Amino acid sequence: MSNGPVLDVDHVSVAFAGREVLDDVSFQVQASEFTGLIGSNGVGKTTLLRSVLGLQRIDRGEIRVNGAPLSRHARVLGYVPQKVSLDPDVPVRARDFVALGLDAHRFGFSRRTKDERQLVEQMLMDVDAERFADTRVGSLSGGEQQRILIAHALISQPSLLLLDEPLANLDPKSVEEVVSLLHRVAKDHGVAVLLSAHEMNSLLPVMDRIVYLTNGRAASGTTDEVVRSDVLSTLYGHHVDVLKLHGRVFVVAQPSESDVEIPEHSTLTIE
Amino acid sequence: MATFLFEPGFFSSGPVHVALVIGAVSAVVTGVVGVFTVLRGQSFAGHALTDVATTGGSASFFYGLTPLLGFLGAGVLGAGAMDLVGVQRLRGRDIATGVVLGVATGVAALYLYLDTTKSATTGAAQQVLFGSIFTLDSSTIPVVAVLSVVTLALIASIYRPLLLSSLSADLAAARGISVRAVGLLFMLALAISVGLSSIAIGSILSTALLIGPAATSLRLTRSLRRAFAFAAVIGVAATWLGVLFAYDSYYWFPSSQGLPVSFFIVLLVFLAYVASGLHPIPRALKRARLDGHAAAAQRVR
Ligand SMILES: Nc1ncnc2c1ncn2[C@@H]1O[C@H](COP(=O)(O)OP(=O)(O)O)[C@@H](O)[C@H]1O
Ligand SMILES: [Mg+2]
Repeated sequence: MSNGPVLDVDHVSVAFAGREVLDDVSFQVQASEFTGLIGSNGVGKTTLLRSVLGLQRIDRGEIRVNGAPLSRHARVLGYVPQKVSLDPDVPVRARDFVALGLDAHRFGFSRRTKDERQLVEQMLMDVDAERFADTRVGSLSGGEQQRILIAHALISQPSLLLLDEPLANLDPKSVEEVVSLLHRVAKDHGVAVLLSAHEMNSLLPVMDRIVYLTNGRAASGTTDEVVRSDVLSTLYGHHVDVLKLHGRVFVVAQPSESDVEIPEHSTLTIE
Repeated sequence: MATFLFEPGFFSSGPVHVALVIGAVSAVVTGVVGVFTVLRGQSFAGHALTDVATTGGSASFFYGLTPLLGFLGAGVLGAGAMDLVGVQRLRGRDIATGVVLGVATGVAALYLYLDTTKSATTGAAQQVLFGSIFTLDSSTIPVVAVLSVVTLALIASIYRPLLLSSLSADLAAARGISVRAVGLLFMLALAISVGLSSIAIGSILSTALLIGPAATSLRLTRSLRRAFAFAAVIGVAATWLGVLFAYDSYYWFPSSQGLPVSFFIVLLVFLAYVASGLHPIPRALKRARLDGHAAAAQRVR
C-alpha cells in the first residue's frame, strides 16, 4: 500500500434534478486517522459516503481509494449505513451477522473454517458484544446494534471504515461508548475512519481531522484549523461565531440576522 | 390401530405414492423458498406469482399442454415482468406486484372461461385453482425432482449474498454484491417453487404452502438453518397428512367423492401456525425465549 491518503475526494460534484448537493468538494482521509464528516441534516453527508462506496453516481470529479480510481472499492471499504432496519423476528443472531461481514459476497454454501469462526469470536470481543452474541440482531438495542454493524464492517479488514450517522439515535451514554469503542478498535486494526454526524462535540476527543460540510461545500483540516469563525463564515456565506465553552464548541449565527438560517449545532445544551 | 388411521389400500395405491412423493418434494422446496420470501417481505410478490401461475395453468389446459409447463412458464415470465416494472425498489415493489397481478388475473379469467366452454377441459378450473394431486402421472416425478434439485441448488449457491441483501440491500451493495441479480435469481426460485406447489395443491392455494410453514418455523426458532428445516418438515407433514385424510375421506363420506386434498393441507398448515403461537410452548423453546428476555432486560438496564 502506498503512503498517500486512504481516501482522496477530488473536486466532486453531485446534483439531484439539477440541484447541486455537493459542489466541488475536496478532502483527503489519511491512513489510520479518525475523520469526522460534520454537517446539518440534508447537507449531503449520506450522498458523499454513498459516492465513495460507488453507490451514488458523481457528476464531476474523482474519488480514489488507496490511489485507485472508483470502480469496485467494495473489498477495502467497511460501511455502516445510516439506517438498517432489522426485524426482531428475523432469526439471525448477532454472531451470524458479524460472520456475514466476512463472506457475504461468497457464492456457494461452504462451512466456515475454524480460523474464520475464531475471527468472528475475536471481533465480537473487540466490540464488547459477547454478551448478546446469540441474541437475534433485530432485537438488540440501538447501541448494541451499532457494535454489531461495526464488527460486521471491520471483520473484512478494510483500510477505511465509513459510518453514516452512527450516533444519531443513541442516548448520550451510548454515544460516548460507541465513540470510544470506535476510536480504540480503529487504532487496534489500523483502519481509517470517516464518520458522519450532525453534531461534533461528542467527537472532539477522538477526531484527528474534520470535514465540515455546508451549502454543498466542504472545509477540511484539524478542528482548530476548520472550526473558526473566519473559515466557517466563508463556508456559510454569512457571519457565524464559534464559541468554545467547557471544552465544547458551538457554532452560532448572529442573532440580529433573523432571516439567516441558524446552523443546527447552535442548540445550547445546559448540563 | 393402523387400519383405523389408514383406510384400506392407502399403501398400495399408485396415485397415493405419486401424491406422497410429489407433495413432499414440492413442500420441501416451497418451505425453504418460503423462509426467504417471508424474510424478504415478499409474501405479496409470492402471492402474485401464484396468480400468474393460474394464468399459465389455465392457458396450458386450453392449448392441451401439461399444466406444470404452464405454471412454470408463466411464473418465470411473471417474475421477469415484476423485476422490469420495479419489484426491486422498495416503494415500487407493491405497485409492480399489483400491476402484474392484475394483468395475470384478467388473462386467467379469460382462459378459465375458454376452458369451461371447451368440452374436453371443463374440469380445468378446479384442477388449476385447487390442484389435483391424485391425478398426477408418475412420469411427472423425475421432472419435479430435477426442478426441486435445481431450485435448492440455486438457493444454496446464492445463500449468503441473498441473506445479506435480504437483511440490508445497502450493506450488500456496499460489499459489491449485485442486489438486483441476486433478487432476480431468487424470484426465479420463487416462480419454480410456486409452480411445483401449484401442481400439488393448486395455484390459488400454493400461497398457503409458501408462507404458512415458513411463518410458523420463524416463530419457533432463532436459528435460520433450523427455520429452513422446520419449514420443510411442517410442509411435508401437512402434505402427507392432507393426502392421508383426503384418501380416508372417501370412506368417511361414501356417498360423496371424498374431500379435496388441498383443503386438508391448507387447514393443517393453518393449525400449525396457530399452534406455534399458543402457550404453553415446549420447554426447549421456552428456554430459548427466556434467553431472549434476559437479553432484553439487560438492554433496559
Ligand atoms: N436519490 C435522491 N434523489 C433526489 N434527492 C436526493 C436523493 N438523495 C438525497 N437527496 C437530497 O440531497 C440532499 C442531501 O441528502 P443527504 O445526503 O441524505 O443529506 P444528509 O445525509 O447530510 O442528511 C437532501 O436535500 C436530499 O433531499
Ligand atoms: Mg444522512
